[in-house]
Amino acid sequence: MSKAVSALNGASYDGFVRVSETGLRGMITLRGDLGSKKLAAAVKAATGAAMPKQRKITKGAKGLVAWMSPDELLLVVAYADAGEVVAALDAALSGEHALAVNVSDARAVFRLEGAGVRDVLAKTCPVDLAKDAFGAGDLRRTRLAQVPAAFWANEDDSFELVCFRSVAQYAFDVLKVSAQPSGEVNFL
Amino acid sequence: MLTLQCPYCGVWAEETELHAEGEAHLKRFGPDSSDEEFETYMFMRENPKGVHFERWRHSNGCGKFFHAARSTTTLEVFGTYSAQTYEPPQEIKDKISAKYPNWSWRDFS
Repeated sequence: MSKAVSALNGASYDGFVRVSETGLRGMITLRGDLGSKKLAAAVKAATGAAMPKQRKITKGAKGLVAWMSPDELLLVVAYADAGEVVAALDAALSGEHALAVNVSDARAVFRLEGAGVRDVLAKTCPVDLAKDAFGAGDLRRTRLAQVPAAFWANEDDSFELVCFRSVAQYAFDVLKVSAQPSGEVNFL
Repeated sequence: MLTLQCPYCGVWAEETELHAEGEAHLKRFGPDSSDEEFETYMFMRENPKGVHFERWRHSNGCGKFFHAARSTTTLEVFGTYSAQTYEPPQEIKDKISAKYPNWSWRDFS
């Protein structure tokens, strides 16, 4: 198999916030009945994380589980493990109305870190990013300028953002402009 | 700018995160229907001044379709509700009645 390359090959930008493409990530879209015990057990086995509540993301030893909609989860695992995880989910969920798809190569992931990280996102997304409104473990699917994206906050107040691979360059450019020095808002 | 709460993911989403999907509570008439029924289904839409029921999609979010009840004149939103229903929930109808006692919209009032 040819060597997999992430959308922007790890490009990064240092403004008042550091924006970097995180490189290859294993990502699996899992659709099904999120109330199902079988599904929760399969997710736990794949990532070590508990089932996330509405608009939350949970962390386990092997990966993250993000609540994307009432019947959809996004599992974030190591890139090399994605294939095996899908196979394991398929086996564990046989007989259930569920679908697991490896979407690792269809997405791009960015990491934003620095003091003004909330400003950078608030300038481009219609989301209340005040600290008490959006904290660690919160996830939001929204609009990043003109494209759909999802992001979540980590414990250290860094953010990770997922978008479609096809718009990775656009998303990176938007974030770069938003993070340009002297563009600080210092409000959030 | 409209701000609607998506009943599926609970987000208070502003207009640009959503997509308007036309009128709510349309009854589909398919291949075996009469010409009039199909024409009504296909083309005939309400265009009220006042209370209106619309379908929206949380296109930049969870991707689900939902319904919203609002006034086209004041932009007041009476509420949003699941699209898996044939008529608006009673609490939303009550809310509208409190403001517009004689409202009617297609078969609802």
